[in-house]
Amino acid sequence: VSFEQTPFPAAAAGALADHQLRANLRRATRTIRDRRAEAVGEMPDWEELRSAGERIKRTAIRHLDRHLEELERSIERAGGTVHWASSGEQAIEVVAAVARSHGTDEVIKVKSLATDEIGLNEGLARRGIGAIETDLAELIVQLAGDLPSHILVPAIHRNRAEIRDILSAGLGVEGLGDRPAELAEAARRHLRSKFLSVPVGVSGANFAVAETGTICVVESEGNGRMCTTLPRALVTVVGIEKVLPRFRDLEVMLQLLPRSSTGERMNPYTSLWTGVTPGDGPEELHVVLLDAGRTDVLADPIGRDALHCIRCSACLNVCPVYERVGGHAYRSVYPGPIGAILTPQLERMEEGRTLPWASSLCGACYEVCPVKIDIPSLLVHLRGRVVREREGSARVDPERMAMRALARTFSSRRRYEAAQRAGRIAQWPFVRGEKIERLPGPLAAWTEGRDMRPLPPRTFRNWWRSR
Amino acid sequence: MRAALFITCFNDTLFPRTGQAVVEVLERLGCEVVFPEEQTCCGQMHANSGYQLEAVPLVRRFVEVFAEEPLIVTPSSSCAAMVHDQYPRLAELAGDEGLATAVREISPRVHEFSQLLLGPLGVEDVGAHYPHRVAYHPACHSLRSLRLGEGPLRLLRAVEGLELCEIEEADSCCGFGGTFAVKNPDTSIAMLNDKLAAIRGSGAEVVCAADNSCLLQIGGGLSRGRLGVGTVHLAEVLASTGSGPR
Repeated sequence: VSFEQTPFPAAAAGALADHQLRANLRRATRTIRDRRAEAVGEMPDWEELRSAGERIKRTAIRHLDRHLEELERSIERAGGTVHWASSGEQAIEVVAAVARSHGTDEVIKVKSLATDEIGLNEGLARRGIGAIETDLAELIVQLAGDLPSHILVPAIHRNRAEIRDILSAGLGVEGLGDRPAELAEAARRHLRSKFLSVPVGVSGANFAVAETGTICVVESEGNGRMCTTLPRALVTVVGIEKVLPRFRDLEVMLQLLPRSSTGERMNPYTSLWTGVTPGDGPEELHVVLLDAGRTDVLADPIGRDALHCIRCSACLNVCPVYERVGGHAYRSVYPGPIGAILTPQLERMEEGRTLPWASSLCGACYEVCPVKIDIPSLLVHLRGRVVREREGSARVDPERMAMRALARTFSSRRRYEAAQRAGRIAQWPFVRGEKIERLPGPLAAWTEGRDMRPLPPRTFRNWWRSR
Repeated sequence: MRAALFITCFNDTLFPRTGQAVVEVLERLGCEVVFPEEQTCCGQMHANSGYQLEAVPLVRRFVEVFAEEPLIVTPSSSCAAMVHDQYPRLAELAGDEGLATAVREISPRVHEFSQLLLGPLGVEDVGAHYPHRVAYHPACHSLRSLRLGEGPLRLLRAVEGLELCEIEEADSCCGFGGTFAVKNPDTSIAMLNDKLAAIRGSGAEVVCAADNSCLLQIGGGLSRGRLGVGTVHLAEVLASTGSGPR
């Protein structure tokens, strides 16, 4: 998966012009949002569950080094092999080596964000190995040569008619209708033969339990169960932040995740596997523990809370910005509010520097986050990091100059009151009747679609003094 | 009861009538209102735009100006939220123990206007008369930070002659977001336009909020679209005792 780097405001403007996309997103996000609200509303102890989830993830991340070493020991004790990958390339190499050792040029895949993040499919393709996505939506995205635009519903930007055309062309099915059952049937026929013949499966992990070495994947379609049980070898790529200290932590997480994610009480398939069992499932299990920038995120004591995310996507569905612009504008596998705090950090603040501003700070994301990540505060914190890093550069920065000047103005009553007077004088060329329809400089962006209210002849403090 | 008005730079400069309305309502209810004239800006814009270090002196200024005031009232939910939510973090960022203590002490004394009425003053009916169809827009900070909930609606329901109209998806953001409105103008305006459509659908003559920053955005859109709907701050509705909109 590779995204071209465009600043968010420009990418968003492009997406906003696409009326079909706007309609698809509006419909889809509302449906999931309502379903989640209902599933959460019936839980009397939802707030306690959220607090428990937050505590579990906070503990896990605080002592990550210890939990990861325990996870390694547990997996190896159960007959699995652990690989440590500090970069995406190293992880791809592990998958490729397993495929080669089984003499295959194809692997079947469970939907996985970590593998999308590192560009596993493209990396394998460069090594002559085809990766077959088996999740319906991922398959649609793959067949269309498209990019995912949502954490849970990667093809959310497509409607049914578009999906029919993609599947019909991609799978060579003629006369395909657009009923969901027909679309699923076409995909099922294509995938069955792959499940039964490809010897290597690749998955991500929702959770990895340090205590037992158990890997957990939750899904809806059953394709994940096929990929993790039918092949001879299974490679699981796990971001190091996915570790849970104890098996019983799953009790909390498996309540929080489906209700927040799909709005279901429980997801249809929850697969748990621990090492290998002779005669049952894959004979070989490889677990790749992936860093790819996560240790750098850990170094920021405030920013590191982004690593608590369990990828439910509730924050995308309630975000007024995401609902309008969709996932592609974020130029990352992780779009929406969580993407705006995770992507720039994973990229060591070198990419995605406009993302912390891709939010009105309305707080809807924080309210639904099942592990209580205070996303608005993290956005503000990251804005500060970007601004301070920019200070290091010698370039003249008009914004910084304006902000400094304003701070100085506000530091004295005399200067503040003088500025109020100056503003009233400076605005006169722009005032037309009771309003301002065009402003100069950076404020022109305001009057693009809104009138501005002129400064009234008297401030409040003028009135106060005169009464 | 003595109440110190924290007017906020935004209202002082752009919406003086809101401050006048706060003074009127509180004096009508028998409060003594004072206005510490050394106050300027709480630092919200700097803090939210990534200039946290520049905001710290403004935090210091705020706690000094209001240090002796037992009760502080503001007609801005986002500036009240700034004091409650961000001041402790800014004091920590500055590594200033004294400031952190001052912030901890002052924060519980800062009330958003409707909070002061319903809480310490314990009134729901302030004796207002406002014969208009009014839609209440819950500003994000009113809703999710201060958790005003039904509070402002209870005050509006007690106003004589006022007819409340409902905005569909009222709790979705209007798209203002401070500098967001100019840094991401296209997205901000897309959010605004959906809000304007919902406002038109409500049948309201005026949109009311406990924060003028949303009303600057919504009012700007209503004016640009010549939609014939006005905006009014909650305090101005509650101050009104005559007939026409203020």
